[in-house]
Amino acid sequence: MTLVLSEVSRTFSSEKAETIEALSPISLSVNNEEFICILGPSGCGKTTLLRIIAGLEYASSGSISVDGAPITRPSPKMAMIFQEYSLFPWRTVEENVALGLELRGLKKPDRVAAAEKYLDLVGLKGFEERYPHELSGGMRQRVAVARALAIEPSILLMDEPFGALDAQTRNRMQHELLHIWEKTKKTILFVTHSVDEAVFLADRIVVLTHRPGRIKEIVTIPATRPRERTSEDFGQIRRHLLDMIREESDPAQ
Amino acid sequence: MTRRLGLVLPILLIIGWEIAAIIVNNPFYLPKLETVIPVLLSPFSDILGTGSLVDNALVSIERVVLGFALAAAVAIPLGIGMGRFAVLNDFFDVTLELFRPVPPLAWVPLALAWFKIGIVSIVFIIFIGAIFPILLNTVDGVRGVKNTWIEVGTTLGAGERQILTKVILPGAAPTIWTGLRVGFGISWMCVVAAEILPGPTSGLGYLIMYAYNLGQINVIIAGIIVIGLIGLAIDQGFKAVEKRWFGWRGLER
Repeated sequence: MTLVLSEVSRTFSSEKAETIEALSPISLSVNNEEFICILGPSGCGKTTLLRIIAGLEYASSGSISVDGAPITRPSPKMAMIFQEYSLFPWRTVEENVALGLELRGLKKPDRVAAAEKYLDLVGLKGFEERYPHELSGGMRQRVAVARALAIEPSILLMDEPFGALDAQTRNRMQHELLHIWEKTKKTILFVTHSVDEAVFLADRIVVLTHRPGRIKEIVTIPATRPRERTSEDFGQIRRHLLDMIREESDPAQ
Repeated sequence: MTRRLGLVLPILLIIGWEIAAIIVNNPFYLPKLETVIPVLLSPFSDILGTGSLVDNALVSIERVVLGFALAAAVAIPLGIGMGRFAVLNDFFDVTLELFRPVPPLAWVPLALAWFKIGIVSIVFIIFIGAIFPILLNTVDGVRGVKNTWIEVGTTLGAGERQILTKVILPGAAPTIWTGLRVGFGISWMCVVAAEILPGPTSGLGYLIMYAYNLGQINVIIAGIIVIGLIGLAIDQGFKAVEKRWFGWRGLER
């Protein structure tokens, strides 16, 4: 599986009919089973880029393809994990996880089996009959991960999925995500504004500039895992990234 | 404890009423308790040649159900369309806002002119009374469906039809239900009022008006109690469903 973005750009038109460039042409080739973090200051268009890949928004120009096949609308090869509020509150955990399979018309026993398998993988065995409001923020995001995995995509698109969690839960979720990634061999595109998160997770970090977002630099992280957040090597990479982000931050903010 | 406290006032009212009735000592103003209770205790026996309490109640309920069901059948699909598509909303909104402030009973003369005296006129009045709360709540409910939920459905492969049945309808259901509950309450008021007007020869509204003409104040009071109790019972039914199925409202996370 390879995901290729070629010259993807996006412009919006404002109310005064000016065109605002959100993304300058972006080209990127993502390898099979690679973990990519897209890092940038707020307003750089990183979420827009992810949403274009997911087929939720269109590109003004350029194209996206998976194994050579162009992507213009949501593809079964990809699943998206949103920042928060994405679970259906009227469904149990199990019914939430089985949603994608239900939409595809799978029979109930098959759906239940798949839901159980992925709930087990994310460490939520025994929570099948609970409702989202009965779970903590971290648990809800695990359900969202299980729901995405249940449709067996080859690419996971994650839009600041741990952004709303407290620091400890966030660290734990990062560990578990790496564990799940190693087990399931997915390709992951992970949007974040946290340098620390990107350095801990990614094989490669794609740094975007301030609007209009374009690729400033792609930083490759040494493959060792698990990573020690406080080690000297990562400290250097982190400093380098922080400097870049600081340069790109909107001075108005 | 609060429930018991709530019963104190009705008991005091009943006692006060009985004392007042003894002092007034005129059944054409204020009948004594002991003349009202027998009417309530024999709901199946004929009253003043108009049929029993139960007969008349069933007639009123039938009319309400007809008018209410028609209103729901029109308002829910229309409300979903208006909530989902701005074009439909813009098309209908002004017209509906013009009609909405007209009290349902203002339509009575027109209803009589069009449909003559009979069930059609009454059902029409109920329809007018019920349609607006159902419609407005449906529109609100559909608009309140979180965009993320729709995007979750889209990225998991839902088509427009599945978005409607698996996301929008369940997501809007609690608010639509509130509209139905309010609409039913108004229907119940409308039916009694419409039956009091000249024309009908059955129904609880007719019964109490007929009792007035014959000076049977005890029957009027018994009728009012029955009207209140039926309205209360139906509202409790709506509330019970709300609690059982839509308890998730306000707990979205």
